Amino acid sequence: MSAVDAPAFFVSELRLVSRRRRNQAGLAVLAAVPIIIAVAMKVAAPSSSSSSQGPEFFGSITSNGYFVALAALAVEIQLLLPIAVATIAGDSVAGEANQGTLRYLLTVPVDRTRLLAVKFAAIVVGAFVATMTVATAGLLAGWALFGAGPVTLLSGSQASVGGSLLRLLAMCAYLTVCLAALGAIGLFVSTLTEQPMGATIAITIIAVTSWVLGAVPQLDWLHPYLLTNSWTAFGELMRSPIAWEPLRDGLLSAAAYMLIFLSAAWARFTTADVSS
Amino acid sequence: MTAFAVESSGLTKRFGRQVAVDAVDLAVPRGTVYGFLGPNGSGKTTTIRMLLGLIRPTDGGHALLGERMPAGAARVLPKVGALVEGPGFHPYLSGIDNLRRLDAADRTADRKNADARIRSALDRVGLGAAARKRYRAYSLGMRQRLALAAAILAPRDLLILDEPTNGLDPQGTREVRALIAALAAEGSTVLLSTHLLSEVEQICGHVGVMHQGKLVAQSTLADLRAEATPRVRVTTDRPHDAARVLRELGLTDVVTGGVEAAGVLGPIAPEKVVAALVHDGVPVRGFGVVAPDLEELFVGLTGEGFDVSG
Ligand SMILES: Nc1ncnc2c1ncn2[C@@H]1O[C@H](COP(=O)(O)OP(=O)(O)O)[C@@H](O)[C@H]1O
Ligand SMILES: [Mg+2]
Repeated sequence: MSAVDAPAFFVSELRLVSRRRRNQAGLAVLAAVPIIIAVAMKVAAPSSSSSSQGPEFFGSITSNGYFVALAALAVEIQLLLPIAVATIAGDSVAGEANQGTLRYLLTVPVDRTRLLAVKFAAIVVGAFVATMTVATAGLLAGWALFGAGPVTLLSGSQASVGGSLLRLLAMCAYLTVCLAALGAIGLFVSTLTEQPMGATIAITIIAVTSWVLGAVPQLDWLHPYLLTNSWTAFGELMRSPIAWEPLRDGLLSAAAYMLIFLSAAWARFTTADVSS
Repeated sequence: MTAFAVESSGLTKRFGRQVAVDAVDLAVPRGTVYGFLGPNGSGKTTTIRMLLGLIRPTDGGHALLGERMPAGAARVLPKVGALVEGPGFHPYLSGIDNLRRLDAADRTADRKNADARIRSALDRVGLGAAARKRYRAYSLGMRQRLALAAAILAPRDLLILDEPTNGLDPQGTREVRALIAALAAEGSTVLLSTHLLSEVEQICGHVGVMHQGKLVAQSTLADLRAEATPRVRVTTDRPHDAARVLRELGLTDVVTGGVEAAGVLGPIAPEKVVAALVHDGVPVRGFGVVAPDLEELFVGLTGEGFDVSG
């Protein structure tokens, strides 16, 4: 019976997150960025030879709309996607505590471990939806303005439209795992406070700090341990053959972060006094 | 099956230096409406949080419906409906959606009749018409009713209600008290926390009195009343002489004020008091024996009225 009933709370959680106006607005912002990129490239670029300048993938946009999705992911993973995850994660436990709904969930009763599991699962789903939104909006905007077609990979060979879409899906999955690591940190932070906004800001600061430290060459000994160190490795999926090593490192790093911070969240929350 | 729906021994909670709940031994018999009475800050909510497993006792332990807590929480809490420190709901969800969420979180709830149970809970608290309004648009009274609806989403053996009539208008207060009485009549045990003596007098059979974290009295309301010793009150223009006579007779707690002298009668017969007063030439204008009401009893127990204790 519990196997059948267990999803009911999870479904209710997804509904709660997805029906929140703030989250819907956030998703719209995420989708707007690739559209802005596509339009800006269209307006600004008869000179398609400027491929040496600007961030990754931008140079290829005018040759294939597909690259709008990649460029948007590369841009948004720096700040907007972490903010999206920080918003959901920061709200997860602290929001319920803040509204007084936490005490009523716990007296239903919802087991505290189960509550954390459902909250984390919803964060991961949120991260995936956010990433997919960016990719999909980018793809549609890019195709509309620059056309679709087989994609020239970074190594020069061609991928079919279907093959390139599979690669894009894999990139979204990889970034979701990366963002899930931030989500695990966020879940932990959210168990520490009754102020969801404060938690969200703290989580965002953690992600930004990680990016900043990663950009300081003098700290290269630290770089392998940084949360965001392998996030940009999603681009490796555009090689043929795919360079698996950086991706594997990224997944292992994300797994380590999740293990540590989910354990910390569990240790904290299962023993915490709920006096909100 | 134990005789007690709620049983605690030495339940204690310290916040830093402050002892919010101090070695409380609750015994709430099954089938009663138990008034958990105390002024603001006396430790009622903290006790209730411990009972429900929301916060850990610093010391002591307790059982609900015969199940040790918190070990038995998953088994016993589905049979317990609770209202703790006011309502708490998602503001941007409607009342009915808030209840749906709580019901979805309950693994023991029967999904098939969820809609019917939610509907009937809303109707019982008088929120049927406002069910689809967003919670943020609810008045305080409506919020309190929604919290009550959440507490009765499923049939409960025990209801733990923390100040359930807070924020309700007189009409709402009457309705909620009637609802509690009806739930009790259907067989639920009710632990009702309140700072209102009148509420206890109206609907409770048992009472436990909290004062500065301690449970200073616990019995049936009838026993508590019986324990109360009556006082005599003498109206006279020589109250100090009257007071002297009362003291000589062995009355305790003798006080004077204006044209009155009063004291606790004890085992002395009132007619002996009158005779002694007349014998000593005290002009008696009026004489009365008054049984103290619960208010006075309460003041006797706590040494004060309903002041906020820190
Ligand atoms: N989380 C907490 N941290 C510190 N002190 C608390 C906390 N919760 C309650 N208290 C204190 O414990 C005492 C009892 O409070 P409470 O149980 O809410 O009383 P009541 O419900 O009877 O009004 C109060 O002095 C209150 O300030
Ligand atoms: Mg209280």
